[in-house]
Amino acid sequence: MPFVPHATRTVRVSRVMFKVLLALVPAFGVYCWLWGAGVLVQLLLAVFTALLAEAAMLRLRGRPLAPSLGDGSALLTAALLALAMPPLGVWWLIVLATLFAIVPGKQLYGGLGHNPFNPAMVGFAAMIVSFPSQMGQWGSPLSPLSTAEQIRWIFLRTPPAGSFDALSSATPLDALKTGLLGGGEVSRLVASPLYGHFGGAGSEWLGLAVLAGGLWLWRQRIISLRAPLGLLCGLLALALPLWLVMPERFASPGFHVLTGATLLGAFFIVTDPVTGPTTPRGQWLFGFLVGALTYLIRVFGGYPDGLAFAVLIFNIAVPLIDTLTRPPAFGQAKGARR
Amino acid sequence: MRTLYDFHGGIHPPENKLPSTTSPIATLPLAPLLHVSMAQHTGNPARPCVAPGDRVERGTLIGRPDGTLSAAVHAPASGTVVSVGPVVQAHPSGLCELTVTLETDGQDRRAAPTPLTDWASRSEDEVRAFLASMGVVGQGGGVFPSHLKLNARALETLVVNGAECEPYITCDDRLMRERAGRIVEGALIAGTLTGAREIVVGIEDNKPEALAAMQAAARGTRMEVVAIPTKYPSGGAKQLIRILTGKKIPHGVRSTAMGVQCFNVGTLYSLAQAVLEGEPVVSRIVTLTGSVARPLNADVPLGTPVDWLMQAVGRSADSDGVLMGGPMMGSRLPALEAGIVKATNCLIATSPALFPPPPLSMPCIRCGDCANACPAELQPMDLYWFARARQFDKARAWQLFDCIECGACNSVCPSAIPLVDYYRFAKSEIWAEEREKQAADRARARHEQRLARIEHEKALKAERLAQKSAAAKAVAEAVATSTTDPGKPPASVPVDSAKKAAIEAAMARAAARKAEAAQTQSGVSPEASANPLPPATPVTAMDPAKKAAIEAAMARAAARKAEAAQTQSGVSAEASANPAPPVTAMDPAKKAAIEAAMARAAARRAATEQKESR
Ligand code: SF4
Ligand code: SF4
Repeated sequence: MPFVPHATRTVRVSRVMFKVLLALVPAFGVYCWLWGAGVLVQLLLAVFTALLAEAAMLRLRGRPLAPSLGDGSALLTAALLALAMPPLGVWWLIVLATLFAIVPGKQLYGGLGHNPFNPAMVGFAAMIVSFPSQMGQWGSPLSPLSTAEQIRWIFLRTPPAGSFDALSSATPLDALKTGLLGGGEVSRLVASPLYGHFGGAGSEWLGLAVLAGGLWLWRQRIISLRAPLGLLCGLLALALPLWLVMPERFASPGFHVLTGATLLGAFFIVTDPVTGPTTPRGQWLFGFLVGALTYLIRVFGGYPDGLAFAVLIFNIAVPLIDTLTRPPAFGQAKGARR
Repeated sequence: MRTLYDFHGGIHPPENKLPSTTSPIATLPLAPLLHVSMAQHTGNPARPCVAPGDRVERGTLIGRPDGTLSAAVHAPASGTVVSVGPVVQAHPSGLCELTVTLETDGQDRRAAPTPLTDWASRSEDEVRAFLASMGVVGQGGGVFPSHLKLNARALETLVVNGAECEPYITCDDRLMRERAGRIVEGALIAGTLTGAREIVVGIEDNKPEALAAMQAAARGTRMEVVAIPTKYPSGGAKQLIRILTGKKIPHGVRSTAMGVQCFNVGTLYSLAQAVLEGEPVVSRIVTLTGSVARPLNADVPLGTPVDWLMQAVGRSADSDGVLMGGPMMGSRLPALEAGIVKATNCLIATSPALFPPPPLSMPCIRCGDCANACPAELQPMDLYWFARARQFDKARAWQLFDCIECGACNSVCPSAIPLVDYYRFAKSEIWAEEREKQAADRARARHEQRLARIEHEKALKAERLAQKSAAAKAVAEAVATSTTDPGKPPASVPVDSAKKAAIEAAMARAAARKAEAAQTQSGVSPEASANPLPPATPVTAMDPAKKAAIEAAMARAAARKAEAAQTQSGVSAEASANPAPPVTAMDPAKKAAIEAAMARAAARRAATEQKESR
């Protein structure tokens, strides 16, 4: 059978996926250090669920298991969810989130490459809509809980004596929002032990670890910086002027960058090739729109963090963005279309 | 120093050029049979002007150019013509084309050379006609008749393509190392003919010896030799023009409109040989490499069978096929008995070790690597989606036809999707659609003409009837007046011969129509439309210009034949009494039968190939 060309590259999809997983290792390390081993339990739960769900769906769809399970994409979705979900969340929360991500988010659309929405964000958003209170209990960083206590809490919800606060403190974004709604001022609110130098206590370190992984991916030419920088620009374009004008009403741009899912979203979510634009200008635009909407939802919307919703909303617009930003072909004048 | 420009995308595949460059250009033993195709160039196939039994010498004209978009074909060795007819071609389609088969006698007798040494004082038209008669066509792969590319005036830049960017291929490299002087002479002739302000040769910097040889040969002339960075596909005409001049020639625009023309070094060499030595194009340098014992470049007479060459260089036992062209743009040959043509720059013996079967393709993850690699600055993943979904209008709007099928996207795709196959599939589907539309238009036109003719005939008949009755009346009157003479029918003979001519013409038309229909059918590739994924084989991947040209040529031939038949039978009533047909003119029915058979064979082959590829 003729095939062209006869020299094919050896880089495979699985290699790409495993490099992305590798880039998440520092983030998991920092997470463990700050919040304890709970996140690894979440990761294991997510991975198991993801592989089982993927295998079951492939079986139902009559597809061979090995190539799809081996491509690493389900593992990546699981890892992203483990980082995004509360580290001490009850076990079924992450299991449900992963099921949502894999079954309707990915396989029902036809599997990898056919899903219009970022699967991890589908799972995350489904949970935040369905179980807002569960999703809000984050656990405080530098938690005094031992690994055994964390595991018991995750699976059995038996609290160790006298440390309820350590189990269910709100996220910094959540606390700030509630505080501001109650008429508080940013400077007073961020004085609480929940906050560190710039962002939430600990989450700024997490952010830096994510950043390091992202930059490594960029050096490896797995991702481009267009969408991440676009996202940060979109966020800053709103955060900076508002903060300059009313610093007591609006948190600093640094806070917004280093808190919540901003950096994870910038380097690992909006860079997802399947659900993002492919044209260079489209990637800038997509990042920018997601960043801006994330800020709007965070500050003015009903949810403490808005990244998941912003990503899902603009995932729908990706085909349009790609069409509008298609670069001219060789020799074609800019803007000309035949 | 000249400013060089970069082009978007491109890749750096493993070169694999070394094995075949170590030895000088070789001469291999002459094959006993040469299959010299009449369709070695873009445009109309040459018309054979020899018959079985004719003795020929090396350089004897055996095929005359058919019209302007055509070129002559000459005997590559001395010997005897054994047959003239359709023979399978060295082409991925395995189509048959009119071919002169020679039995060589090994005596190497040469026809007297006919140089045009005073070309500088001849008119440009004369020189160009001379080049057409010497069979000079582009040897970079396009095989476009060179005389047509030389009709430019006041060019800014004549670009000479010595890039040779595709892996494995080294024929231009060796040619430049060993015969640089002739190439430079050819370039200067072409430069003069086109009034080029400057002549620039681009050679990839992975060929230092060729660069040095060309620089030495060009010293003291107005030709500039430039080393360009090694990057596939820098040897694509548009890419090379971009690198050397900074100009981007858009799709559908002639480069001469932007003051540039591009020639391959091999073409200029053969041009110089023709003009200065009077040697027609009867051989070319071919790289023989891959899974063979002695990879090398050889000066091979055209028409030499591929399997003969492969045997001569010791194709290994585990070899499972032969690629013509490079590993990026070449294609597997379905029939190894075919003779090489002017486009054959490289033959690669494949083996499972050298070219392992492609890995299972995964879904497209829209990583965009293909877009980063595409020298035509397209969005290959979008084209892939459109081709897959059979949204051909969309594919077109996304400039599918700008795709040069370089395969860069294919080779970077982490999902190992055979992208180029999809593009070829989409292109052939679009052409098929267009042909169908054209055929429908033609049929409608024919139908309308037929109606008009019937009307006209009716009117004529009525008139004749009226006349007849008038005549009968007159005769009756005459009879009535004088009973001596029973009016004889003098008109019967001319009416007969006219009728015969008409019938013959109609038959010829019908035959042509039938052949055409068969042709269209085989071109449409029914299997491709029945099976949307994956695109079958490049059977249908013939470029539209060629296809159209072939069809046009066939139509013209049919018309000519009909005309001839008409005049023949019309002019001489006595000729019809003596039905011995002239030797050269093939009778239309036979011709049509051959054509139909060819079309059937092509269709059969397409079907079997499809089966295999399933
Ligand atoms: S390189 Fe392959 S997987 Fe990546 S976008 Fe192109 S076609 Fe899709
Ligand atoms: S084959 Fe076509 S689409 Fe692919 S890289 Fe080459 S020009 Fe671009």
